[in-house]
Order: sequence, then structure tokens, then C-alpha cells
Amino acid sequence: MAKMHVTTTINGEPEEFLCDPHDSMLDMLRGALGLTGAKEGCGTGDCGACSIMLDGRLVCSCLMLAPEAEGKKIDTIEGMARGETLHPLQQKFLEMAALQCGICTPGVLMASRALLERNPDPTESEVRFWLAGNLCRCTGYDKIVRAVMETAAEMRGAAR
Amino acid sequence: MTEIRYIAPTTLDEAVGAYAAAAGAARILAGGTDLLVQMRSGAAQPGTIIDIKKIAETTSIQETPEGGFVIGAAVSGAVLAEHPRLGQAWPGVLEAINLIGSTQVQGRASAGGNLCNGSPAGDSVPAMVAAGAVVNLQGPNGRRTMPVEAFPAGPGRTNLAPGEILVSFTLPPRPKGSGDAYLRMIPRTEMDIAVVGVGVSLTLENGTVTAARVGLGAVAPTVLLVEDAAKALIGSKLEDAALEAAAAACSAACKPINDKRGTIAYRIKVAGVLLKRAVAIAAERAGRN
Amino acid sequence: MNVINNKWIGQSTIRPDGADKVTGRASYSADTTMPGMIWGKVLRSPHAHARIVSIDTSRAEALPGVKAVVTHKDIVDFPLDKSVMLGIQDMRWMCRNVMAREKALFHGHPIAAVAAMSERIAAEACRLIEVEYEVLPHVIEIEDAIKPDAPILHDFVSFEGRPSNIAGKLEHKLGEVEAGFAAADVVIERSFTTRPVHQGYIEPHSCLVSVVDGKATIWSSSQGQFMVRAMTSLLTGIPQSDIRAIPAEIGGGFGGKTIIYLEPVATILAKKTGRPVKMVMSREEVMRATGPTSGSMSTVKIGAKKDGTIVAAQGTFYLQAGGLPGSPIRGAAGCAFAPYNIPNVLSTGFDVVSNRSKVAAYRAPGAPIGAYAVECVLDEVAEALKMDPLALRLKNAARQGTKAAHGPVYPVIGFVETIEAAMAHPHSQAPLGKHQGRGVASGFWFNAGGESSAQVNVTEDGNVVVTTGHPDIGGSRASIANITAELLGIDYKRVSVLIGDTATIGYSNLTGGSRVLFASAMVVTQSTEKVIKTLCERAAKIWKIDPEAVVWEDGEAKPAGENAGKFPGLSLAQIAAKASETGGPIGAGVQQNTQGAEGGFATHVCDVEVDVDLGIVRVLRYTSFQDVGRAVHPAYVEGQMQGGAAQGIGWALSEEYLYDKNGKVDNASFLDYRMPVCSDLPMLDAVMIEVPNPKHPQGVRGVGEVPLVPPLAAVANAVANALGKRFYSLPMSPPRVLEVLDGA
Repeated sequence: MAKMHVTTTINGEPEEFLCDPHDSMLDMLRGALGLTGAKEGCGTGDCGACSIMLDGRLVCSCLMLAPEAEGKKIDTIEGMARGETLHPLQQKFLEMAALQCGICTPGVLMASRALLERNPDPTESEVRFWLAGNLCRCTGYDKIVRAVMETAAEMRGAAR
Repeated sequence: MTEIRYIAPTTLDEAVGAYAAAAGAARILAGGTDLLVQMRSGAAQPGTIIDIKKIAETTSIQETPEGGFVIGAAVSGAVLAEHPRLGQAWPGVLEAINLIGSTQVQGRASAGGNLCNGSPAGDSVPAMVAAGAVVNLQGPNGRRTMPVEAFPAGPGRTNLAPGEILVSFTLPPRPKGSGDAYLRMIPRTEMDIAVVGVGVSLTLENGTVTAARVGLGAVAPTVLLVEDAAKALIGSKLEDAALEAAAAACSAACKPINDKRGTIAYRIKVAGVLLKRAVAIAAERAGRN
Repeated sequence: MNVINNKWIGQSTIRPDGADKVTGRASYSADTTMPGMIWGKVLRSPHAHARIVSIDTSRAEALPGVKAVVTHKDIVDFPLDKSVMLGIQDMRWMCRNVMAREKALFHGHPIAAVAAMSERIAAEACRLIEVEYEVLPHVIEIEDAIKPDAPILHDFVSFEGRPSNIAGKLEHKLGEVEAGFAAADVVIERSFTTRPVHQGYIEPHSCLVSVVDGKATIWSSSQGQFMVRAMTSLLTGIPQSDIRAIPAEIGGGFGGKTIIYLEPVATILAKKTGRPVKMVMSREEVMRATGPTSGSMSTVKIGAKKDGTIVAAQGTFYLQAGGLPGSPIRGAAGCAFAPYNIPNVLSTGFDVVSNRSKVAAYRAPGAPIGAYAVECVLDEVAEALKMDPLALRLKNAARQGTKAAHGPVYPVIGFVETIEAAMAHPHSQAPLGKHQGRGVASGFWFNAGGESSAQVNVTEDGNVVVTTGHPDIGGSRASIANITAELLGIDYKRVSVLIGDTATIGYSNLTGGSRVLFASAMVVTQSTEKVIKTLCERAAKIWKIDPEAVVWEDGEAKPAGENAGKFPGLSLAQIAAKASETGGPIGAGVQQNTQGAEGGFATHVCDVEVDVDLGIVRVLRYTSFQDVGRAVHPAYVEGQMQGGAAQGIGWALSEEYLYDKNGKVDNASFLDYRMPVCSDLPMLDAVMIEVPNPKHPQGVRGVGEVPLVPPLAAVANAVANALGKRFYSLPMSPPRVLEVLDGA
């Protein structure tokens, strides 16, 4: 099977890879690209653990074909912190214990950042419905929702 | 193992040519939120995957001079939600499309894919049927249109001709005093497939219904246009008797099955309940326009 | 010990593994790769019940890219007539669960496995394996499995002298239950069913195994690397000393990863091929072939006096085991009546096999099933006596000295405190609207001690590294850092906590039974106390005084007694710097079979609203009250309480296994299995009550499991309160709710 050559941008850096036409983006990220922060919880778009940004939109990388990355901008959890400096959401998740086993955490963080970029002042209900595609089995979501809202409040305060 | 190709044509002609040439061994890729799941399970094993997201007509939203909309088949729910006027004119259509899957799925999933998937439970379809949407198709023999309710042929099947591609939906202009709504029943609050879905579109003049359409999903092999429900509403001032008659028409139209998502008895009852609730929302919206 | 003025114990510190987990760097087992790695895939039974006549792997082996195929012939056999126990697991069943031998016992049962150059080739090769089956009638539900004419799964299982699907019975008896009922003013008896539910961890099972020179290295996420080593050793014949099991970060377990599925298979494939073999289950495989916990059929009868005193209680609990014996009847029959002081109790559990995947532990295994039935009947008793349901529970609550039907006489316990806290909480007085209702329920879990090992080492620069042997699911590393920092009087950031592998730390039993912090805090405390003793000795040496005259205070060795004030204190760093000249490296380890774990109790209050036209139940408010012993890390204790409540709400309302007529799971996906999503739940309030366990240096009680015991009944009682109608089966899904409502 002929491999396809794909040129893309991942976390701000130009990247090239070879893939089979039916490889998912998640398989490419976790395989050849070595970016294992996105997790496969289901492979069918039902858990959100593989969430990434595709041209600024939140998507499940398990529901995207790798060749579709051609010419696109992809952001993954690995690009969320700036060096040692964590994103405010990452920091708040640590401070407020908004993770337990941590397997859903990269996806939840990617989704939460996408929310706050669009809506800096979400209600609890808006947070809950935005994150409905990110399954977490450990926390009951309580501390996740609180951490997202607390981060939003702090970021609004910092922006003022 | 079969050879698989991925192509991303930039014109419709190219896409139609490749689709027709593949003679049934190809699948159209819009958002991919159904196709990739089917490929993973082995239910779909396409020889060629034709990505239509590089084609202008399938990925744009146009407003017609008369005040209608032409929505590209591959426009994602998230993009539709950001349109400044679509949600004002057709809030029910938009909420139906936006109910498909999670935020992540909204980033990709399209109304075109939802319709072509052929599921009787597709959320956007009853709302499109209620809206009187028309689908624009292009195939080897040129272009044609059909009402959206004529498109599905049964679970997982459509009335697309061989080689034909769904290009866009046309939503008609809205007369003053119009409103639409879509409601679905799911056990959870999100991330479920509709057990019943009801789309309602109404036009009211001085409190009297002058036009109505009702689309009903997940209760029969295809999404239904329930004309008896519309008849019960037209001419009424949405009195209880008219609502009961319309609800009864919806329940009567159901030809459901027992499956893992719901029972026959449950679906029949819920169709009527949702009809009444959706009418109330649509009427309230109509009153504001 | 139990000093109240703690600096670190009781602080919600940032977990040591946190930064790795929020940046995507943390390594879970599916994240691990090795040069030369190939892929393994399992062929699974397409029948729910079938005799395996023959397996022909020749076509699969001939496929280019295929490196090896295994069947049950490659796995060590454990003959049916001789039980070999590993903990609570019988290896006769484990060996048959990992790879079917005589029969396929459920749809999805592993039949063979392939290692190949890619996942796709391995999957293709699985399709080329030719298996001849003699398809047998199957049975799924308990009620069918215990009928006299039911298809029998195992010829060797008999009950009351006849071939049967009842594979075991357990009975707890206290007093004379018949005499007790005769003396009661009110007797209520009800029958209940619950459906099997999956643990639902987001991380599917996976492993990577390399075998070089006969020595195996296993990377996998499990609830116990030593369990992985022991089971793999037994099933492959490789001695334990030649297996190194490395615990990857674990993406949720909830009991479901206390047994293994893939590791021995991958080990044999790696041995055969000489290459590292990786195996990763799909979600569908997880749903078809791992876990879940049992479905159940129960009858509970409770008798009480007019004043609310419960005089007798009887429970019969039938639990599904899946295709092989071993359901958690001990949890169901043992925990059901454990919160109450009842003089006459008869509690019986039956283990029933049927053609489903073999059950695995799930958070307080069995206990939620027992509590569901008991706590719902208690609600009806309260109703009949016109008593407040919390007051009824308080009147009969077990206290210190109560004799429990499952054996113990309780020491200091905090059950009463949970009920009193619930009664005093604003939640219990908050007004309710139309179609809204409030329910309460309580629950008990045994908790556990057992084997643990720890090593506490002082680094040359005066910091501390602690190694324990328990995979950390819910934040145990953070708690251990708090305890070590507290004991040493140093900043917790100076303590690194690691999970050792089977070659680098001594035997440590599973992360399970709510035992990890209880047991590991005990061995870490003893190790740290040894280190402190050494530090004092070294200081004494430096000062040339008697070691008995040195105390450890505020992170320093200080001269005490008549020497007090004679020398400036010596810090950990100062003593560490002189370690070589004063006697060598400083560190200590303790390995112990820990004792003294005491039970955990909780009381939950739940408000629901019912959409009576659609049958939808939504939880509006939820508050858990739990005796947590001592909250070493409060945020992660709350996290356990909240997570358990959420799982219980799912069990009560939406989660269940659905089977088609061929005995195949019909909803083997997250889409249709319906675990609660974020928008389904309200905030989950957690009220921690600290009644320290006197047998533990920090007062720790297990906290992880009891949170899943009360919710099923709390939700069910709330729905009953909202609707004035009772539900005797779970889940209370919308169609079932409408059925009950329309049955009026």
C-alpha cells in the first residue's frame, strides 16, 4: 500500500509524516509522531480522551484521517504548557485536584481551553455541556467543573 | 487487504467523476464522524475515500436574495453555529444540527453527513423535514433537487443515484411570524442517539397557525413528514384539542421497533409528548419574529 | 500519634505525578513502545456457549507478517479438580478466562492470539484461524440459569447433589431470624434486580512484554504489579524471579484491573517470537470480555418493632459470576446488614454462572447490590412506621461493640456520626418542588490491610525518596508525601514518591479493597521512624553524645535531656552530608502484613426530579457523608467520594449490559453503555467526617469503596419519594419509569 506524504503544523512546528490513507490522526500522533498525550479510550468519538485542536477547532483525533492533516494546524496537549510554565488550566487542575487517574485529563484540558478561548465567562451549565464529550470515570466531574470555572475567573481577573 | 486511496478534490466535477468511477467502492468523507466509526468496525471498507471539504460549494453557507440559505453539505455544526443569521431564521434546524454528538463531534460533523448516513435517528433530519429543506444533488447526469424527506430510503440507505453527491441544502425564506424547534428524547443529557426526535416549523398570523410542518425521527425506518399532525395544527390557535390531535397524529405515524435504545410503547408515547413541547417552543419563537 | 496540629497531613498538596498528567507526559501502558516491537491480537468466540472441537492455526501462521500464534495449549493448565488459589482468584478459572480451554463460555471469550508485524496483519490472521465449534444452548440471566432445565455450563459444578449453575453459597447467621420476625410489629419483604455494570475505566487494558534470555519484562497498567507477576508466572511457567512487572500509570481500574487478561498471552507470544509484543484492547473488547460486576436477584425481609427497633433481617442474594465461578457474594451478603445492630440476621449469597464475561471486582464488590435491597426495604419500614428514614437508621446504627452478622464486634466506628451529620445538614431540610423527591441510604465496606512494602531513602543532599509497591489510582503518592514530610518535619516538596516495580520493591498486594493508604502509610511510617532513629544516632555520633539524648523536632536532630541546647540542631541535609563518615547511607525499609483496617461507613442524601411524561430522572443535588478516619489529603478523599457517587448514579439510572438473542452484548460501546457525562450530574458535595482508626498511626480508614455502596438506594428512594411509587429493579431508565407510572 502506497504511503501518503503529509505536510502539516503541529504545536506551531512544521512537521511531515508518511501514513496509510486510512490511518487515523490519533494513530499517527501516538505512533510515528510520538505524541502520546492524546489517548484512545474508545476510538469512536465517545470519550474525548483523544481531543486535539484542528485549525482552532476542538475535534476527536480518532475521528480524523491522518491525510486530512495536510496543510492544517494541529495543537495537542504537548503544546499547552510553555516550557516549564503550565497553562493556567493545567495549574488549576493540579491545585484543585481535578484529576485522579489522569487518562482523561489531556482531553479535558484541551476541551476546557477551547471553551475559555470562546467563552471567558461560562456558566456551570455551559461548562458541563461543553465537556459532555469528555468522559471521566474517576472524579464525578465536580472538581473538573470547579477548576475550569475558577481558572476562567482568574483569567478574567488577570485580563482586567 | 484491500488497497485504499484518499483523495481531496477541489471541484465538484472532480469529486463526482472520481465517485462515479469508483462504482460503489468509494465513500464520501465530510466530517467523518460516522464514516471513521464504520471503517473501524469493518462496516465500511471503502476502496477510495473522497474528502469533499476542499470544495467551495460543499463547505460554504450562502444567503439567497429571497432570504433563504444554502448550506454546504460538509459545513460542520460548529461553523453553522457561528453564522450571524442562520440561527435567527432557523433556530430549530440549528439546534438539531448542534445536538449531533459532543463539542468535538460538532467540530467536524455536518448536516450532509447526518442525512447521508441514512439513520432514522439522525437529529438534523426531522428539523430539516419540518423546515421544508430541499437537497441539491450532483451526479454524472448533472444536478437535481429533491425534498429532504424524499432522500432517505431506509435504515442506512438513501435515494442518491449511483455516483451522485449531496452538495447542499436549501432552506426557504422565512415569512414573518415563523418559528421552528427540534426536541429529542435521550436518556442522558448528551452523547446519545435520539430515541425519538421531533422537528416542528410554524407560521402564525394573529395567533392562528397558517402553515405547519412536522418531522418525526427514530420511530420508523426513515424520518417521517407527519402531514396529519400539520393539518391538526393549521387553522388552530394551538388550543389543547389541536395539540392533542397533532400529538395523536404523531403517535399514530410511529412504526417503531424495540431496540437497545427504546421500546415500541415508549417511542409511541414520547412522540406525542415531544410534539406538544416542540410546538410550544416553535410558537414562542414565531411570536418573536 | 494522631497529632491534630499537622503541617502536611490534612493538606491538599499538589500530587507528585500531577505535572506529568496535565502535560500529557505521563506514561500509561499503551504509551510504551520498544524497538522491534510487534503487535498481538486476540481471536474471540462468536458464540456465547460452545464446545471447542478443534482449532487450526495453519492458515494464520502462513500469512506473511505473522510471527506466532498461541492457543490454550500454550498456557499452563490448571485441572478442574484441584483448586489453586492466588489471593481470592482461583487459577482454574483465571487460566480458562485468559484463553478458553474446553469451551467458549461467553461471546468474546479468547480462543487464540496472534503476533504479527502490524495490528492489521494480526487482525487479518485472526480471521484465518479455523475453529470448529459445537454450539450449545446458552443462558444469560440468573433467573434462567437457576431453572432446573437450564443449560449447564460446567459438568463439574453441582449444588445440592445435582448439576447446577449455582457454583457457590455463603451464609452469615446471627441469632434466630424466625423468632425475630415473630416478635416484629412490621415485616416488609421485597425482591429486587440489578443489571451488570462495567467499571468503565477510560483506559482499555494493554501491555507490552519483552522476553530476553528467558527473562520477561512486562509494562502494563494494573492494580498490582505483583499480581501481574504472580499470575503471569503461574500461567506461563516462568519463575517469578525471571519476570519483572513494571507498573505503568493506570488510567482507572475501580477493581477491574485486579486480574489480568493480556499479559500471559503477550508473554508467550514474545517468548515464541523473540520480539517485544504489544497488545491493546479496543473499547469493544473491554466491554465484551472484561469486568463487569454482577447483575443480581435479591430478596430482603426486615422486621421491626413499633418504636423502630429492627429485630430481624433476612437477605438472599443471587449474583452473576459470568462464565466462570467467583461472584462477590461475600460483599453482598456480608455488607448488606453490616451498618445496623440487628440481633437476628440470616444473609445468604449464591454464586451463579451464566454465559457472560467473567465478573471482576468493582469498587466494594457486591456491597452496592446488598445495600440497594436493604436500604430500599428500610425506607419502606420507615414509611410503615411513619418514621424519618434517617431517624430509623440512627436508632439501629451499629456502634462500638455491635456484633455484626459477618463476624466482627466493631471497634471505634463513625457510622452514627455520618447519620447525624446528614440530619444536621441544610440539604436534609431544603424544600422540594413538584415531581422532586429526596432519598437517603447508608452503606458499609470492610476495608483491608495486607501485605505492603516501603523503602525510605535519604539522598546525599538531604532530601527523601520513598518507594512503595502500589499502583497509584487516586492520589496515594500525594498522601504518602504528606505523611513522610510530616514525620520528618520537612517540606513535602522534598519528598519524592515512586511506585517500584517487582524487582525494585518488596511484595505489595493489590491496589484494592481500599487498602493502599492504610497499608502503605503504615509501612512508610515505620520506615520513616527507622530513618529518624538513624538520623538521631548520626547526630549523636557527630556530637559524641548518647543517641538516647537526641530528639527529632521540626526537621532537625536536637540534643535533649541534660544536653538540651548544648549544640545547634542538625538538619536532614547536614546529617546527610556526613552520612559516609558517620556510618554510611541512610535509609530503611519495612515489609509487613498490615493489620487493623477497620470498616468504612457512609450515608448519602440525594434529590431527584422526574420528567413524568418522558420518564427521565435527573439528580438535582447529592451529598455524601462519610467516616474517612483521617483525611491525609482531603481533596483526593473528596474525589473518591464524588467519583463513587457518580458511578452509583450511573448504576441506578442509565448503565446496564444489554444482550441480543444470541448472547452477544448489544451495547459494547461508550455511546450505548451510557455512563454519566458531565452534563448529567450536579456538583457532588462531600462531607468528610473524621473518626480516626485507633489501630493506624495516622488514623487512616479506607475511603475508596464505600462511596459506591449507598447511591443505588439513595437514588431509588429519592425517585420513590418523588413519585409515590417504588422501583424494584435497576436501572431506572426512562422506559421503565414510564412503565411503572403508567401501571397506575
